[in-house]
Amino acid sequence: MLHIHCPHCGELRSEEEFHAAGQAHIPRPLDPDSCTDVEWGDYMFFRDNPRGIHHELWVHATGCRRYFNVTRNTETYEILETYKIGEQPQVTGKPVVVAKAIEGETV
Amino acid sequence: MSNVNVYSQRPAGTARAESPLFHAELEKLAGRSVSGAGVTLREKKLRGHLILRGDASDRGFTRAVESVLGLELPVALGLTAKGETSLQWLGPDEWLLVVPQGEEYATELNLREAIGDRHISIVNVSGGQTLYELTGPNVRNVLMKSTSYDVHPSNFPVGKAVGTVFAKSQLIIRHTGEDTWELVVRRSFADYIWLWLQDASAEYGLAIAA
Repeated sequence: MLHIHCPHCGELRSEEEFHAAGQAHIPRPLDPDSCTDVEWGDYMFFRDNPRGIHHELWVHATGCRRYFNVTRNTETYEILETYKIGEQPQVTGKPVVVAKAIEGETV
Repeated sequence: MSNVNVYSQRPAGTARAESPLFHAELEKLAGRSVSGAGVTLREKKLRGHLILRGDASDRGFTRAVESVLGLELPVALGLTAKGETSLQWLGPDEWLLVVPQGEEYATELNLREAIGDRHISIVNVSGGQTLYELTGPNVRNVLMKSTSYDVHPSNFPVGKAVGTVFAKSQLIIRHTGEDTWELVVRRSFADYIWLWLQDASAEYGLAIAA
């Protein structure tokens, strides 16, 4: 069971109080009418699925019922930080899968 | 005051009101004598529940609320109370205001008058939820059986209120006195939580107060 820090409640809460809600930092196109089908389709349906550092949207479903962002390592399940919507993550990194591929080339 | 249609939702006259635990007939159960009851349950029924939303960083808004209620707007996980009126933090821009039965309409009008044209919301949710008050030396044991949240006084002092998972369901736990706790229960879960509390507190002895 993970303990997740809710940035609104300001304390660690049990994982069962939360729901994951997909990838974070997806800006809605400012002018949807001028989007091509490809651009709109990418916005609507296509999501990253990285191995390693991933920024996700979570909701404190049974607590304050607010959305916030989580930086999580998808390999280890480690939650590196949580931060409010509108803030920028402190922890960013190249997806591990890319780093490994580069290492593999040099070996 | 903004141009919002506000009306009294409580029927006047002799219309019969049924609380979410009406069917449990707590008045009859209150007559039973339970020796050495470790938990006493009382439904604080038919109170006025208002959801208040607004910008907590707007001093004009917070001052208006405080002047009407005489209560400070609590910060995260806070609960302030004066008599039978209580104000609880639900989110960064959301509070639950509980007032005595029948006062919710006047309170809403006063709040809207004082807050003026600011971008706020007040919604009467009195019919949607109810309050259970649990008192007694074993209440904390009952809560510990029901929720994963740490209810030890070092983590959950008087004046704190949290929404959390409770008995595979969800509700708000409020610590209002040393041995007194309140549960804010959704109407549709009222019966389930009532059955759960009977089961969970059976070993300590459950008394009902009317």
